[in-house]
Amino acid sequence: MSLVMLELTSEKNWEKLGKHILKFENDVVKLRQTIRHYAKQFRMGIVDQTRVTTAVSELFRNMYNYAGGGEVVIEKGIIEGKEALIITCIDSGPGIEDLELAMSDGYSTGMGMGYGLPGAKRLVDRFEIESKVNEGTIVRIMKWR
Amino acid sequence: MNTDLYEKKIPIIKIGNFLIVSIQVDMHDKLAIQLQSQILEEIGKTSAKGVLIDISVLEMVDSFIGRMLSGMATMASIMDAAVVIVGMQPAVAITLVELGLEMPGVDTALNMEKGMEMLEKRVRNEDNDLF
Ligand SMILES: Nc1ncnc2c1ncn2[C@@H]1O[C@H](COP(=O)(O)OP(=O)(O)O)[C@@H](O)[C@H]1O
Ligand SMILES: [Mg+2]
Repeated sequence: MSLVMLELTSEKNWEKLGKHILKFENDVVKLRQTIRHYAKQFRMGIVDQTRVTTAVSELFRNMYNYAGGGEVVIEKGIIEGKEALIITCIDSGPGIEDLELAMSDGYSTGMGMGYGLPGAKRLVDRFEIESKVNEGTIVRIMKWR
Repeated sequence: MNTDLYEKKIPIIKIGNFLIVSIQVDMHDKLAIQLQSQILEEIGKTSAKGVLIDISVLEMVDSFIGRMLSGMATMASIMDAAVVIVGMQPAVAITLVELGLEMPGVDTALNMEKGMEMLEKRVRNEDNDLF
C-alpha cells in the first residue's frame, strides 16, 4: 500500500482565503498564527486548532529548512460533505527522493527529529504530498469541522 | 503583529536552588535556541539544581520546540540540574502525543507549585544519596 496519494485533490469550487509567501524564519511563526486564526474562524475546537497549527508549523519549517521557502495557499471547501480548511504548501526546492522513507517516523536527512511529515499526517483529516526531485514539493492538508 | 516581541530575551529568575523561566511569546527558532543557551549558561553561573520552564502560554509545541526542550533537559542533567516543564495546555499535550514526539528526560507538572515540589523531592533524594 502506498502511503501517499499520487494526485492532489483539487476542486474548482474551493474558495481561496489567502496566499502567503514564506521566506524568512519569522514567517514560520507568523504564518502558523495566521492558520490558527483561520481555524478559529472555522469554529474548530481548541484541540483541532492546535492540531492544524502544529501540522502547518512542521510543513512550514520543512519549506524553510529544505527548500529555502515557498508559498502557502489557504482555501476552504466541502470535503466529504464537511466544511474543510485546506492548506497547500508549495516549494521549488530539491524535492524528496523517497517519499515513503520521508513519511516514516524518525527519518530525517537533517538534524530534525523526523516527525514532521508523519506527525503532520496524523494531526489532520487528509494529507497529500507530491514531490519531484529538482522540481519541488507540494503538501496539502485538510481539516474539517 | 508585534515583531518586537520576538527580539526580547526571556527572563530567567532564580529562587533558592532553582531557576524559573516563563515563556511569554510564541517562540521562533532563534529565540528557542537562544533560550537553550541562556538557561545552560545560567545553570553554570548559579549552580542551580533545577529549572522550571513555564510553557502555559505556548499554544503549540512542534517537533522543533520539542527537540529544544528535551535537548535542554539532557544538557541540564549533564550539568547536574533537573528540568521540569510546567503548565502545558491540554490541547498541546494531546497534539504532542499524536505528533509522535517523545521527549526523553523531560518531566512535566501541572503547575508551578507541583513542579517546585517535584524538583525539591529530586534534590532531597540526591542529598540522601550522598550519605
Ligand atoms: N519541502 C521539502 N523539500 C525537500 N525535502 C523535504 C521537504 N520536507 C521534508 N523533506 C525531507 O523529508 C525528511 C523528513 O521530514 P520531516 O518528517 O519533517 O523530518 P525532519 O524535518 O525532522 O527531518 C526531511 O529530513 C527532508 O529530507
Ligand atoms: Mg520537519
